[in-house]
Amino acid sequence: MKIGVVVFPGSNCDRDAHGAVVRAGQQAVWLWHGSAELEGVEAIILPGGFSYGDYLRTGAIARFSPIMEAVRRFAAQGGPVLGICNGFQILCEAGLLPGALLRNAGLRFVSRPVYLRVETADTPFTRACARGQVLRMPVAHGEGNYFADVATLAALEREHRVVFRYTDAAGNVTAGANPNGSRANIAGICNRERNVVGLMPHPERAIEPALGSEDGLALFHSLTLASAAIGA
Amino acid sequence: MQVRVYVALKKTVLDPQGQAIQAALARQGHAVEAVRQGKFFELELAADTAEAARQEAETIARDVLSNPVIEEFRVVLPEAESQ
Repeated sequence: MKIGVVVFPGSNCDRDAHGAVVRAGQQAVWLWHGSAELEGVEAIILPGGFSYGDYLRTGAIARFSPIMEAVRRFAAQGGPVLGICNGFQILCEAGLLPGALLRNAGLRFVSRPVYLRVETADTPFTRACARGQVLRMPVAHGEGNYFADVATLAALEREHRVVFRYTDAAGNVTAGANPNGSRANIAGICNRERNVVGLMPHPERAIEPALGSEDGLALFHSLTLASAAIGA
Repeated sequence: MQVRVYVALKKTVLDPQGQAIQAALARQGHAVEAVRQGKFFELELAADTAEAARQEAETIARDVLSNPVIEEFRVVLPEAESQ
């Protein structure tokens, strides 16, 4: 499977994402932000970093880059898109996912391992997971405080579109497990069609034991499972 | 024509930066009950009329300078401010 990793000016997790794809046994190619050419990829990853220096708002400038028009068309046709950290912020700014990422409630940049509970296996990036499974991987962000209005939050819950929630190691949703003040401990969500997923934690930084966890590999392995499983 | 755009978090969105500033001001003895932090932009527009400038600035503010999910904006023309 050929998976594209978008490189924005200021991306700094692009190589890690590329490495994670390769470690999952797939082919990774770079997609340049200034080009609208997707080179026949079957999935797209928007990596973490500080695209365009986080100027204006996180992800706000990246959303207008030529590659994002192509990503928008790819997503509209059902292509799987994963936004990690800054990639999640870009997807929200682009309107491909609802809500926004605010400054962390504690005002600190948070960089530490967290536990995530998989809330749905019904996305292209969680098929290899079980609902309720707890994954360990790092977060590293200053603006990861997920916000959406009450109606949007209710729709996300009703349609099972919360993909990951911050929990303790046992999978309990607690205030202490929430690193940034996100509503309902939300760490990741998907769109209504379920092919676009965004999360703040970094699965690409948890792909081998030397990194402290290899739980993140599940997201990349999921992509390779038959898409027929979607909706099952 | 110069147009000013003010962007701030909606009242319904928690502003922890504003709260931190308010707390620091209170510690210094200032009787400040609340602080909201926002952004300020000066746009130099090549518009012929004030109304055209306002419309252009409102489009820019809505589509780019603010995120309508969390922020609200205000467009101010120079003559309005000098009144």
